Amino acid sequence: MTIEELVRDFGYKVITGSAEDLKHPVKGVYACDLLSHAMAKVNSGDLWITIHTNINVVAVASLTDAACVLIPEGIAVEPQTVERAAEKGVVILSSPSTTAQVCHEVLSMIGMKS
Amino acid sequence: MNNVIVRDYDIPANDFTAAGEASSSVRKILVQLGVSPYVVKRTSIAMYEAEINAVIHGHGGKAHVEIDGSKVYIRISDEGPGIPDLELAMQEGYSTAPDSIREMGFGAGMGLSNIKKHSDIMKIDTEVNKGTTVHITVFFNAI
Repeated sequence: MTIEELVRDFGYKVITGSAEDLKHPVKGVYACDLLSHAMAKVNSGDLWITIHTNINVVAVASLTDAACVLIPEGIAVEPQTVERAAEKGVVILSSPSTTAQVCHEVLSMIGMKS
Repeated sequence: MNNVIVRDYDIPANDFTAAGEASSSVRKILVQLGVSPYVVKRTSIAMYEAEINAVIHGHGGKAHVEIDGSKVYIRISDEGPGIPDLELAMQEGYSTAPDSIREMGFGAGMGLSNIKKHSDIMKIDTEVNKGTTVHITVFFNAI
């Protein structure tokens, strides 16, 4: 299951990420809005769901080697964050769905394909 | 790897655009050296938390890093307000972060306990109105 496949299957919007970045595999899902908790718990290759859109999200995603960040409920991402994510090669996706719905979607796909 | 790699970084005060840069740089070095992903992860968590603490509480500061064949040593020092009650500050859930910081997703009182959990040696020198220095060591052969 790659980021690209999730984007295609669930219509996630790509906020940042090159075509090459989108080929990376998604190995798991982690959902948490407490950055210190996410920092300690996001595993390499996870799709991390958070409603935060501040610039620290990019640092946490980058340091944890997350596959991508997904911002749920159509929440607008701060321009500064978009800019930094693009610089750092951090993929940010957006979805109108809730965190719970996105967890369900992604986990069902990972379950099917792994 | 017999040589010691030494790096020094400035941590600007209240500048979240730069917060995490020092930790990212050290992470990259460790990955390039082929250090195990587990050690890279522990180091990243511990250093990032200390770096963020310096940004939020310490009016910025400095990071000094030494990497040799067996460990990474990180010293994050600031000239901030110091920690009046270290035992209390070490308790998970205790935080003095203002609301503006909490709104960004920090301030849950996990920083120092995260550093302790994800390092092999953690030492804090602190003096009220003088500043705080956090010493972190992570060994490469940790299980």
